[in-house]
Amino acid sequence: MASLNHPGNLKYSKTDEWVRVEGDEAIIGITDYAQDQLGDIVYVELPWESGQEIAFEEKFGDIESVKATSELVSPLSGNVVSANEDLKENPEYINDYPYDKGWMLRIKFSDASQLDALLDVDQYLEYVQGR
Amino acid sequence: MTEMTTHDSANSQLKRTPLYEKHRALGARLVEFGGWEMPVQYSGILDEHQAVRTRAGLFDVCHMGEFKVEGEDALAFLQYLVPNDVSRLAIHQALYTQFCLPNGNVIDDLLIYYLAENHYMLVVNAANIEKDFAWVEGQAQQFQRVSISNQSDTTALIALQGPQAQAILQPLTETDLAGIRYYHFASGQVGEIHCLISRTGYTGEDGLELYCASVDAPALWDALLTAGKPLGLLPAGLGARDTLRLEAGLCLYGHELDEQTNPLEARLGWTVKLAKSPFIGSETLQKVKAEGPQRQLIGIQLLERGVPRGGYALYAGEQQIGSLTSGAPGPTVQKSIGMGYVETPYAQVGNQISVDIRGKRVPAQIVALPFYKRQ
Repeated sequence: MASLNHPGNLKYSKTDEWVRVEGDEAIIGITDYAQDQLGDIVYVELPWESGQEIAFEEKFGDIESVKATSELVSPLSGNVVSANEDLKENPEYINDYPYDKGWMLRIKFSDASQLDALLDVDQYLEYVQGR
Repeated sequence: MTEMTTHDSANSQLKRTPLYEKHRALGARLVEFGGWEMPVQYSGILDEHQAVRTRAGLFDVCHMGEFKVEGEDALAFLQYLVPNDVSRLAIHQALYTQFCLPNGNVIDDLLIYYLAENHYMLVVNAANIEKDFAWVEGQAQQFQRVSISNQSDTTALIALQGPQAQAILQPLTETDLAGIRYYHFASGQVGEIHCLISRTGYTGEDGLELYCASVDAPALWDALLTAGKPLGLLPAGLGARDTLRLEAGLCLYGHELDEQTNPLEARLGWTVKLAKSPFIGSETLQKVKAEGPQRQLIGIQLLERGVPRGGYALYAGEQQIGSLTSGAPGPTVQKSIGMGYVETPYAQVGNQISVDIRGKRVPAQIVALPFYKRQ
């Protein structure tokens, strides 16, 4: 854990997604802990087009590491603004830059109260350590 | 994110190898494998895979089981027990074979080492040690002058694999390693440690496997890591072991082989010697050979993006023709690859099929095995 980075200005889910709020939009990715657990990521499938509706806790994609397949789970409901197309060619961005070039989905969120239910960094780290 | 296929485990019931503390100190990620707590990776699967293909990797395979089979009837017993021809072995030579049920299906796959006259060592898969030992003991009842002992707990195994393997080990031993041919072995000292040094492996690369007493394993591990460091040796975990063996087209018990599969389906006919004296399963395997197996092991390569995994269904048009037993991105071949079984009429190399990846049919092609062959 010591070498992993979890910024204080993000919200976190128990399924290891992070959320960064920008106005009425939110950017979603997976945490440094999550990418470290997965190991080398080789493929991510984000089948979204702009405007599509996404539900709270809906599966929003699949992520493949060398060893395993995992599902991505949306921590918010709303409408998709864009998905990170660069990850098709550069899935390793998720390992190398989980909070910037490794972002996955930008959505216009529809229920701000869902943000309050997410964990802050201290709660997330406590949650991760308790696993 | 929710993980679908692997789980880390902190289960204290799991068995540990003599190298467990070494793995902890190296920062390995430990996972459950066949009842053992084993390193799945240290620096990363791709990194370790690449090290083995281009330099060398060091694997803890102490969890494997070792049985000694001794006595005047040892050869006759082994000839009855396994489909390969043990009588062809010279002393200091090893062979690959299986234990089969009377119906020809595979209880486990193993190596047999011919140590000395009337004296053999059987090396079996970790998850099957108890099952195998019970089977071997049970079958030995019919032979009077044979004794079987399970030495798994006191025997360690470290695999040094990759093009630099010999260069790393040679300075540590007086045994002439170049004189050990593929599937041969010698006994010798590595430093102060008595080892059986075998030119075998499970990676598709040249390499050596070292058997020693469990108490000596940590010192041997350290000596090899230190000697190998200048030549780019990395400790490598089960993750890389799996991608390496998959690229090399090698079967993994519990995936390509199990008690529902016979060795002829698995394209292991070269290890089934039907012309020798009868052995357990020989009658059925004779029949399977005459009629041709119903299904066959194939290799596939995905033609679009995605990753095939064990368990995924294979289709020809709308018809399911089989399923995958293993699959991963192949780090050296740079393709998404898998092994599995299809009905024999569909098994031809070049055939276009599709893989059901979470409800989506992704086109794939049947390709020749192995996916990777060293130059």
